[in-house]
Amino acid sequence: MKKIKSIAMIIIVLSILIVATGCGDSKPKLNVYNWGDYIDMDVLDQFEDEYGIEVVYDTFATNEDLYVKLKQGGSSYDVIFPSDYMIERMIREDLLVKINKDNITNFQKVGQSFLNLEYDPQNEYAVPYMWGTVGIIYNKTKVSQPLDSWADLWDPQYEGQIVMYNSQRDSLAVALLKLGYSINTRNIDELEQAKDELITQKPLVKAYMGDEVKGAVVSGEADVAVVYSGDAVTMIAENPDLEYVVPVEGTNLWFDSMVIPKSTQNQEGAEKFIDFMTRPDIAAKNAEYIGYSSPIPEAVELLDEEVKNDPTAYPSAEVLEKTEVFKDPMDIIKEYDRIWTEVTSQQ
Amino acid sequence: MVEKNLNKLYMAIIFLFLYAPIIILIVFSFNDSKMIGNWNRFTLKWYIELLRDREVLKALYNTILISILTAIISTVIGTIAAIGIYNMNGLGKRLILNLNYIPVLNPDIVTAVSLMTLFRLFGFQFGLTTMLLSHITFCLPYVILSILPKLKQMNKHLAEAAMDLGATPSYTLRKVIIPEIRPGIITGALMAFTLSIDDFVISFFNTGHGVSNLSITIFSMARRGINPVINALSTLMFIGLIILLLIINKRADKNTLKERG
Repeated sequence: MKKIKSIAMIIIVLSILIVATGCGDSKPKLNVYNWGDYIDMDVLDQFEDEYGIEVVYDTFATNEDLYVKLKQGGSSYDVIFPSDYMIERMIREDLLVKINKDNITNFQKVGQSFLNLEYDPQNEYAVPYMWGTVGIIYNKTKVSQPLDSWADLWDPQYEGQIVMYNSQRDSLAVALLKLGYSINTRNIDELEQAKDELITQKPLVKAYMGDEVKGAVVSGEADVAVVYSGDAVTMIAENPDLEYVVPVEGTNLWFDSMVIPKSTQNQEGAEKFIDFMTRPDIAAKNAEYIGYSSPIPEAVELLDEEVKNDPTAYPSAEVLEKTEVFKDPMDIIKEYDRIWTEVTSQQ
Repeated sequence: MVEKNLNKLYMAIIFLFLYAPIIILIVFSFNDSKMIGNWNRFTLKWYIELLRDREVLKALYNTILISILTAIISTVIGTIAAIGIYNMNGLGKRLILNLNYIPVLNPDIVTAVSLMTLFRLFGFQFGLTTMLLSHITFCLPYVILSILPKLKQMNKHLAEAAMDLGATPSYTLRKVIIPEIRPGIITGALMAFTLSIDDFVISFFNTGHGVSNLSITIFSMARRGINPVINALSTLMFIGLIILLLIINKRADKNTLKERG
């Protein structure tokens, strides 16, 4: 019995010690909240070595999760990585602080085409981290002629071969672009037309997929799919028969940017971190790990020849010309929900 | 004969369904491609990357720390509570027993959100403490439920006899009651441990910055696809569990042999 007692004591003392060492550090801390698997972990170690600030790193799955965590309170993050439309919403709801640009010396290294965007017109709140486009990926060996239009996704010869994104915003955008409307339209009539388009297309669609689309197309299960440019880069690396194209009608340009929430307790450290992440060598490291496109031209220069000349990841200026960034749908989100339900429940 | 073979076939199919996903996961942990469903070539790189991935390792550490602490604390509290409930009578006992059932029947999400509200009301800083408290809370009823039947099976007069013979109440508890209900305590502790490792919903709502367990970390990879590092980790956990089970079974066999011999 004594033995059991002493073992129990040892376990309890040990576990208290483990918990205590977890929080007994006196180093300044920085709470970073990013997308899952969206950074080269070595970069964090490098930041800690250079600045003597400990990074407490967490990850989220969707913009909405991030928003709820931020609204819910109870925990304070110093740097977060929301996407374009979510930044717009956070600015509107006064959840972010203005970044002191004097502390972000590397801000001038951000490419001109990624500045003054609608979600943050004066660049007061956000510094871009990664960006990309949405387009069509197809298997060159299985498709008779090169695809170049969203309308090709309605071509009956690809019946049962098309994969669409299982996301209301992205799929509606495809239909709106095909019709020649803005992806941010607030006109219910146009949205209804887009709905009808999606319903017409449905018999041709193999499936509405999430992330599984990558494996399905690479392994040849499907020949045509709507994907993000960053994923297309990884897919083409695995299967060179694939080709990514941004359709002529234009597309959605998206950003994940770094912002500082109001709840920050270490704004100075947060600015140091953002500055560090914008430094070309660090941005290049992250772009290489993730495979998405960096908004820092000097960082792109540091990448492999074939990557930086790859039109999939770094499309020409003309392509970028015809893109549109998602805006926060606000009240119209209910219409999106309704339309998407009607599309998916259609037999 | 035919029937016997059919039985065997049936069993084989059942086990295939149970284990096919795990086998696929193990196979793809050796695949040199980030995409499930696309076999490239054999590699061990995900195992090497796992050792370098501080986010996943931290999550693993948190998961195990929390589940061990949850198992210990909820078992101690649960054992005391079960003995108390066992010795209660009448309406009070029925009331407490039913109150104990409710968290078990309640959907996780209700437990999760109500705990979150409670912690916020009291102004707790969300983190390891809140996650641990919430895990103890949802594991406790299971521990109590696994100990109560053992108490019922125990001869009521054992404790009385011990005290008649001069044992103090605490000596009786340690030397008579606890050894009698030990299998229930162990089941309860194991149950709490596995429930805590498994949990996502309650952890997700009751954690703060810097504290993620494995389920939260894996969930957050949804957009970019699950990193095969997770497959490697799952493979190691699965193999670890099998080895543990084999050891336990072997020891149990030895013990029964000893008792018989």
